[in-house]
Amino acid sequence: MISINNLSKQYNGIKVLDIEHLEIQKGQAIGLVGNNGAGKTTLFSLLLDLIEPSSGHIISNDVRIDQSEDWKPFTSAFIDESFLIGYLTPEEYFYFIGELRGQSKGDIDALIASYSDFFNGEAVGQKKYLRDLSKGNQKKVGIIAALIGNPRVVILDEPFANLDPSTQIRLKKIIKELAKDPEVTVLVSSHDLIHVTEVAKRVVLLEKGKVVKDIEKSSATFKELEDYFIGISESHAPVALKEEA
Amino acid sequence: MIKYFMNLEWKSFIRSAAFKQNLAIKIFIGFFAFLFMVEFAVLGGASYFILEDAIEKGTIMASDPFELINRFLIYWFAIEIGYRYMLQKMPVANIKPLMYLPFKKGKIVNYALGKTVLSFFNFLPAFFFIPFSVVLIVQDYSIAGVIAWHLSMLFITLAINFLNVFMNNMDKVFYPVIAVIAGLGLSQYYGVFDITLYTGAVFMFFYENAWSFIVPLLVLTGTAYYAYHYFTKQLYLDEGLKAISKEATTEDLSFLDRFGKLSTYLKNDIKLIKRNKRAKMTFFMGFFFVLYGLFFMNDLYSSWNGIKVFAGLFCTGGFLFSFGGLVPSWDSSYYKLMMSQNIPYREFLLSKWWLMVAATAASTVLCTFYLYFGLDWWLGVLAGAVYNIGFNSSVVLWGGAFVKTPIDLMTTKKAFGDSKAFNAKTLLLLLPKLVLPVVIYYAFALTINETAGYLAIAATGVLGLLFRNKIFDMIEDIYKNEKYDTIAAYSEKN
Repeated sequence: MISINNLSKQYNGIKVLDIEHLEIQKGQAIGLVGNNGAGKTTLFSLLLDLIEPSSGHIISNDVRIDQSEDWKPFTSAFIDESFLIGYLTPEEYFYFIGELRGQSKGDIDALIASYSDFFNGEAVGQKKYLRDLSKGNQKKVGIIAALIGNPRVVILDEPFANLDPSTQIRLKKIIKELAKDPEVTVLVSSHDLIHVTEVAKRVVLLEKGKVVKDIEKSSATFKELEDYFIGISESHAPVALKEEA
Repeated sequence: MIKYFMNLEWKSFIRSAAFKQNLAIKIFIGFFAFLFMVEFAVLGGASYFILEDAIEKGTIMASDPFELINRFLIYWFAIEIGYRYMLQKMPVANIKPLMYLPFKKGKIVNYALGKTVLSFFNFLPAFFFIPFSVVLIVQDYSIAGVIAWHLSMLFITLAINFLNVFMNNMDKVFYPVIAVIAGLGLSQYYGVFDITLYTGAVFMFFYENAWSFIVPLLVLTGTAYYAYHYFTKQLYLDEGLKAISKEATTEDLSFLDRFGKLSTYLKNDIKLIKRNKRAKMTFFMGFFFVLYGLFFMNDLYSSWNGIKVFAGLFCTGGFLFSFGGLVPSWDSSYYKLMMSQNIPYREFLLSKWWLMVAATAASTVLCTFYLYFGLDWWLGVLAGAVYNIGFNSSVVLWGGAFVKTPIDLMTTKKAFGDSKAFNAKTLLLLLPKLVLPVVIYYAFALTINETAGYLAIAATGVLGLLFRNKIFDMIEDIYKNEKYDTIAAYSEKN
């Protein structure tokens, strides 16, 4: 589904992302982990053509992302608040995205209703504009909006951050549901290793812009990831340097 | 302690987004700030002599320039209250991070209030009052009196500064006060009641009694004291530092659905204008331009017919110029969303285009009253309207494509200070927008007749419609080529 080839991104001569090859099969749920500055958001921004690759390219469903816009109809994402239109109410925002993605008002109403437990009586139906919602509620709206219109690729950057515990549990359920569909590829990043290992079928670990680990999830995955991060915090050894040497 | 505060201020100043602009723009802004100050200073120095001259000639009835200035000071201060209320920012933004640090509340409040004292708004009047006072002394007014008067003006200016601190967000008080003052001004103009006779005596009193500057000083102390207490009370996250949120209202815009795919964007754009301070202000300001033509009624321009074309362009195109020139920046806060959704640039542009056309048409209807001044004025308006709709609507969008200033929709404070919106390309595009129609007018008015001149402008406008899609193609290319730069520029925080 998604194939990343020789992809790199440089700022002022410093490589913040450098992926030789990464293949993501259709229907896979990928968890992306890594410390701050590892390149997770950079990778997601490249997947959405929000920044220009310094070299290499990404091909999603036979579309080269930095050359054609045909990936847009089947891709959706929530990266940060700049994906929200602050002066709309959550409902209006859903309708707007819905219209862009060819959904009727009725479809959207049904969607909102089906996620009512996720909103938990907040966010929707509150006579508030998105800009006046709390961070957590904004995030809920952004995540659900990313599910509108049956996207084939769903990208969520740190969706668990800022959410309350109940909503985190509900979100895990939603992502797992989504991942069951063999047509839908999900990419989720998180700093919480428990969440990632729970929802993802495959975990990719980035460190200083490079893929350090790429593991099919098993019962041992959580331990493996945890040991890795403990190792970093104890050694302070820059992994990227070791690899270059 | 004060050292830390100063250090913070200095850093916030040199690291502000405005300061990081390129050198040319810095010089440009610096030049204008300088020009502004010089103008005030010249005004301060020269106004005495100008007024004296006018009094001698009998164009103004007054016994003495100083007395005249004193009479009109009430309006000066009224205007000062007005623009401060609208433009001067309260220094709450940087306070939050200080609240949980080991500072006494009083210190934080003093720091915030002290900051307002250093505002540009307090220094600008000085550029008028200082030269004016010097001229007074040179003109043999009593030195003690002038100094007392000058101090009084200074104290009143500062008192207004503090008044503004607790007057913030009191629209219910502010607008009636402005209405009363405007009413007083009108009644003076029509000779019904002249308040300046009374207020003039008050300001004169400060001059005549050297001890009297104590009175404004007391007022200043009072307002400063009250501002201090008001601010201290507001120093809670759920009080003064809270962002005010209004209840959301949803309106039914489904009648726009007849525009097909375009309606999605039109509905959004209308909400954009209705629900955001900055956009709303631009919208209303656009309609104030309808009156712009009145400025050209002056005899000075009577021999210059091209001015009617100019007036016509401005009267009908106020919204077009002020709104269109900032497309796509209006959508800057969620530009990443727009760029990752399936949005054809053409439809996005067309929605804005229709908005501008509708506003221009509405302005044109409002401009019908220019008929009162003669048919040729109205013809100028009509020609300008057609040119605006046909040609300028696309050219304005073209210019906007080069503007990469993110717009903060929620604040009007920077509406006049978006210096980055000026760049060489947008300035260059003023030529086809405003100069070309005047040239066309003269080309035909001088060779055939005036009506032909107006017709030629309108015809160019109609021709512009044919080129609209061509221009849109160019804009689309700019959007595509500059996509990454634009996204990066819009995600910069101020």
